[in-house]
Amino acid sequence: MTSETMTAPKIGATGAVEPRGAKPKKLTIARVGVYAFLVIAALFFLMPLWVMIVTSLKGLPEIRLGHLFNLPAQVTFEPWLKAWDTACTGRDCNGLKPGFFNSLKITLLSVPVSIVVAMINGYALSFWKYKGSDLLFGILIFGAFVPYQVVIYPLIIGLSKVGLFATLPGIVIVHTIFGMPILTLLFRNFFASLPPELFKAARVDGAGFWQIFFQIMLPMSVPIAIVAVILQTTGIWNDFLFGTVFAGRENMPMTVQLNNIVTTTTGVREYNVNMAATILTAAVPLAVYFISGKWFVRGIAAGAVKG
Amino acid sequence: MQHSVSIRDLSLNFGNVKVLQHLDLDIAQGEFIVLLGPSGCGKSTLLNCIAGLLDVSDGQIFIGGKNVTWEEPKDRGIGMVFQSYALYPQMTVERNLSFGLRVSGMKKDEIDKRVARAAEILQIGPLLQRKPVELSGGQRQRVAIGRALVRDVDVFLFDEPLSNLDAKLRSDLRVEIKRLHQRLKNTMIYVTHDQIEALTLADRIAVMKNGVIQQLSDPHTIYNKPVNLYVAGFIGSPQMNMFNGTLNGTNFVAEDGTSISVATYDFATPVSGSTKAIMGIRPEHIVLGEESRSMPFSADVEIEIVEPMGSDTLAWTKIAGHQVTFRCNSDVVLKPGQKVVVGFDAGRGSIFSTETTNRL
Repeated sequence: MTSETMTAPKIGATGAVEPRGAKPKKLTIARVGVYAFLVIAALFFLMPLWVMIVTSLKGLPEIRLGHLFNLPAQVTFEPWLKAWDTACTGRDCNGLKPGFFNSLKITLLSVPVSIVVAMINGYALSFWKYKGSDLLFGILIFGAFVPYQVVIYPLIIGLSKVGLFATLPGIVIVHTIFGMPILTLLFRNFFASLPPELFKAARVDGAGFWQIFFQIMLPMSVPIAIVAVILQTTGIWNDFLFGTVFAGRENMPMTVQLNNIVTTTTGVREYNVNMAATILTAAVPLAVYFISGKWFVRGIAAGAVKG
Repeated sequence: MQHSVSIRDLSLNFGNVKVLQHLDLDIAQGEFIVLLGPSGCGKSTLLNCIAGLLDVSDGQIFIGGKNVTWEEPKDRGIGMVFQSYALYPQMTVERNLSFGLRVSGMKKDEIDKRVARAAEILQIGPLLQRKPVELSGGQRQRVAIGRALVRDVDVFLFDEPLSNLDAKLRSDLRVEIKRLHQRLKNTMIYVTHDQIEALTLADRIAVMKNGVIQQLSDPHTIYNKPVNLYVAGFIGSPQMNMFNGTLNGTNFVAEDGTSISVATYDFATPVSGSTKAIMGIRPEHIVLGEESRSMPFSADVEIEIVEPMGSDTLAWTKIAGHQVTFRCNSDVVLKPGQKVVVGFDAGRGSIFSTETTNRL
């Protein structure tokens, strides 16, 4: 007997294959439909990106022909260089370059500050409960539902009174305050999902507030901290409103400069430069998502289920 | 003699819920006390109060003669072992053991000495460089016990330490805890809902219900002379057989008129006249076979269900209109429907007042 005949499916009395082993997978119509839908949806959402990329690589005369989806007949990187280096925002013609470094400064300062504050908040609110701590948490979460525009004017007055309006520390404080509700919620829920015995054991071992935080809770919260970093980095980098209002002339973030380049009303509209500038501005959040996607999912899962 | 742990008039309320009410408990030096009760009876809460992890509403707690009611957990001279092990997941076993000592700023060589001793006692030496995730449940719980051990404390607190383990590991670790107690001779307070753990480990068992200690006594007394119906029903598996009836002098008359002599019963309080009562008899005190004819009570019954347990066999039948289980030798072949004779001596049973549910 050869091995083929041994493993071949037995033919039953009715002529049908006798079920044995793993069930064979069939491509059903429903499945084809699902894949077709997914492919079409992906193409639909990729369309703007495609248009942006091909347009940014075309010269202006070619753009005027109006073939939106066509590949560039002649690839040129001129618009990219112009967007980065010499495009005019108002009277200055330094491109997006200064804005990029301003955004970098603001993000690199705001992200750690806001996360550290929220992490300590969440830790204290889930383990060191005191009278009214739940109420405080409720108020904090309520803050997430307050429209930003309502608070802007009082915040301007307050910051200018202490001399922080239109300064780098000012914008960092603003980002920290507005990031607090959602980040505190994130961290509190993560800490609340940890077994309370861990905290009790540490207290019996004699550790205090900061020792428990730094030696036990902090090492455990790496996955959720990565989620917070991603949320804050993309949020702060993409921010336009606070940047315009609170950053001041010297610290204008990239998004504000992008707006100024795109909405310039004098001269010819340089679509290729606009597209290149937009892609440059969006590059950082995009990169963050691509690099950390795996961590993001893992962190969200860590927050949702007990380890 | 000075008590190792004394609890005076302890009360704890969560809002309007009274979890513990005016609780008093004295624990001798080196004693193994088990707090036993169903979930929600306040046993874990009491342990957390002793540990200082919960603020009490009223009353005092003394450990080693010192009033520790307002002290921090670390200053009470206690070590605690939790049901979920509560090992620090990011630290190796060694760092888990030494965490408390490092926090208190102890010298490195003293820490090493204590960790080595704990590892030797609990036989976890080869595991010292591993992380908790790489350990089995039994090993984790051993490390958790080690964490209490290195603190070199007078009082060990166990909060259902074996409940997360499977049956075999549980009985293995149970023996190890007993061995540990015999070696260290520390005071141990052990919370469990498992009566086997309680009966096997305890010097004294405190059976709790609704935040009140029902009976505090050695396992033999708890099992054989339960003070009330609740303790009698909670301890013992299968449950004690109960008969409702009336007590008339030296006769207990069941509801269906069956008369059972209680002449051999040692009454805790003299009973006069006729009073409603409940008689309880443990399954292993019911005797099967012709020799039971000579017992103070015997009856011809029909077997309903047979449950062979390996070491012995449980049989279900009816006596005086009540469902009754009795335990017999596993070599005896019983079949449902078989007619047998069984008997018992009421002197080995318990009689409770129907009105107060207390032992008579």
